[in-house]
This record gives sequence, structure tokens and C-alpha cells, in this order.
Amino acid sequence: MQVVWEYRQLLLEGAWITIQVTFLATLLAIALAIVAGLARQSSLWLVRVPAVIYVELFRGTSLVAQLFWMFFVLPAFGVSLTPLVCGVLAIGLCNGAYGSESVRGALRSVARGQREAAIALNFSKVQTFRIVVLPQAARIMVPLFGSLSIEIMKASSLVSLITLPDLTFQARNINLVHVQTAPTLIVILLVYFAIALVIGAITRGIEYRLGKGRERLAS
Amino acid sequence: MEFSFPLVWEILPRLLEATIVTLEATAAGFTLALICGGVMVTLMRSRSRIAARLARFVMEFFRATPLLAQLYFLFFVLPGIGIVLSPFATGAIALGLHYGAYAAEAYRAGLESVPKGQWEAATSLNYSRWRTYVSVILPQALPPIVPAIGNIFIGMLKDTAVLSAVTVTELMFVANEIGSETFQYTEPVTAAAIIYLVMSLVATGFIHVIDRRLRRQEVSA
Repeated sequence: MQVVWEYRQLLLEGAWITIQVTFLATLLAIALAIVAGLARQSSLWLVRVPAVIYVELFRGTSLVAQLFWMFFVLPAFGVSLTPLVCGVLAIGLCNGAYGSESVRGALRSVARGQREAAIALNFSKVQTFRIVVLPQAARIMVPLFGSLSIEIMKASSLVSLITLPDLTFQARNINLVHVQTAPTLIVILLVYFAIALVIGAITRGIEYRLGKGRERLAS
Repeated sequence: MEFSFPLVWEILPRLLEATIVTLEATAAGFTLALICGGVMVTLMRSRSRIAARLARFVMEFFRATPLLAQLYFLFFVLPGIGIVLSPFATGAIALGLHYGAYAAEAYRAGLESVPKGQWEAATSLNYSRWRTYVSVILPQALPPIVPAIGNIFIGMLKDTAVLSAVTVTELMFVANEIGSETFQYTEPVTAAAIIYLVMSLVATGFIHVIDRRLRRQEVSA
């Protein structure tokens, strides 16, 4: 445990980067998931086809390959990104593609009668979506986005491979100069687990808030 | 900057050789994951409360921590306690444990999807616990498990790229190696990405076929 104490500063800095990447990539992924999920429902093929290509492309290739591509290949095309931007972009894009499936499923789960009722009330398309469909779909989406952000937190460890000094990067470097390897790795695994628990708690909090009105309605 | 097809042609044999390692790692990891998942779900459903709690915690822990960190743990810690494994074996074990936790969850969901009446029917027929599982529960639990297991397979196929971090000579490792030798990253990394895409599309198609066949059986039965 002495090793961990000795290097606490590095590990804390690493944890901060892990949290930053997780947070930013989660925001990006959720935004992309909603946009792509909606676009895939569109009746215009010009909207639908690019969304399908995006989802299949990013779901079909390895995240590590995407990270390396952005890190090594984009500079050759004149686009140089910092490792942090690279990491957030790659992780956000990849998980946004996964998330779009959840969005699609959640939108589908809203009963058809609800849309028909909105038509009967002469709601516009935007009104129908904002007032009728979204609030019902959101309750289903929240836990799915919660597990998505845990996946993103886990994926954030891969940014260590593109030289971003996150938690995993620091642990690996400490292990290269230290014989005692177990304590550092156990500590970082526990830190990751703790972050996952926090994300889980936040998700449940949001779920509870969104569920509030519904119970009153049911009774 | 342009894309050099002759270079792709030149490095393709090396990439394909590495693809075989990727497939081997996936196969080994997948087999281990199916077994680990089975062990975990058995413990989770065991009558011993402590064993069930512990298995549940281990599963949650494996699912909530990054594969790369788990891999480093095995890679750096095991030799220290006298277990020296090749990078490939370490990688396969890490994949097996990590995805074993996902497999356990898939098994659990499948088993819980079998209606309670089926268990009661087996009890009233005086079936043993073993026979209940083999001839009543498992045949019904299997169809919903298959697509979930299929997703685990595809996820693992892509996650084998993580093993490059511990020098397993799989696809991403070799692509990177070629990049650093020739200072041309565009071609090897792009080609590797396309190989992943082809593999996962093929795997997806394959799983669809199995899934549809299982469903058809279910309907005809």
C-alpha cells in the first residue's frame, strides 16, 4: 500500500482525467444516440441512410481501432487532435452508435395509441414528440443511458493507449518502475468500481425523479 | 495525403496472419467466458447465501471495471505470485473472466424467463434437480440466451484489440507495428478497421441465422 501512497498525486490526476473523459464522452454519446436514433426512424432516406451507416460503421469496428485511427491517421489528413479530444470523440462516437439502439427501442415502446391520441388532438409533429412521446420514452432511456455511461467509463481506460495519462496509464507506468504491482492495480480497479457505483446512484436518482408523476397518475 | 493501395496489398498477408491470432483469442476467450458464466450463474443460484452474494458481487465487479485494467492486473500480478503465462493465455483469461460476467447475466435472464409453472410441473413429476434442468428448463431458457451470447461474441471479437496492450500479436498490434516500421499509419490502421468490420458483419449474419432457426423450432414445437 506504500506504493499507492507514494504515487497518490499521479493516481488522483489520473482519476480526474478518467472522470473528465467519461463525463464528456457520455454527453457526446447521449446527444449522438438521440440524433441517430431519431434519424433512423425518419421516413426520408437522406436522413435515415447516413444514420444507419454511422451506426453500423462504429458498432462494427473495434473502439481501439477507432482510437488509433483518430490518433495516427487523422494527422496525416491534416487534422491534429489532442489525445483528450481524440479519446472523447472516439469513445463518444462509438458508444453513441450503441446508444442509438436503446433510443430506437425506447421510442418504439411508447404505445401507438399515444401517437394516435396526439393526432386526434391536432398536435404538430414537434408537439407530439416533445409533449407526448419524449416524456414517456425518457423514463425507459434513463437506465439504458446509465449503463451506457458505465460502458463509457470502462472504455475510457483505452485512452491510456493513446498516451493520455488516465488512471490506467498511471497504474501501468507505476508498475513499470515498481516491483510491487498488486496494490496499485487493486486500488485503480476499486476506484473504477466506485465511479461505476456513483454513476449507478445518479441514474437511479434521475429515474426516481422522472417516475414521480407517474405513480400519482396510476393511483 | 493519399491512400496507397500497393502498400495495403503488401501488408495484407501480415494483417491476415494477425487476424488468425485475433480469431484464436476470441475463440479461447469465448469458450472460457461460457464456462465462467456457467460457474458464476450456478453459484448465484446456489442454496448457500454467502456463495450467492459473493458470486453476485464478483459479477458486478467484473462488469463495472475496465477490461484493460483487469488485463494489466493479470499481466503484472500473476507472475509475482509464481504463475507465468504467455501474453496470449493472460489475454484469453482476462477476456473469459470479463465476458464471463456478461454471460452469467445472460444465463440468469434466460433461466428467469422460464415460467414458474414449469418448475412446479417438474416437481410434481418427481424430477430430480438435474433432470428438471436438462429436460425442462434449459430447452426453454436457451432461445432467449442465444442472441445475448451472440452479442457477447461480437463484443469480444472487437475487444481482442485491447490485448495488443500486453503484446499479443493480434490485428491491432501488428497494424501498429507496421505503422511504426514504415511511418505509414493510414493504410495498416484503416485496413485493420475494415477487417474488424467484415468480421463483425459476418458474425452478426451468422447469429441471425442461428437465432431464426431456434425461433422456428420453437414455433413448430
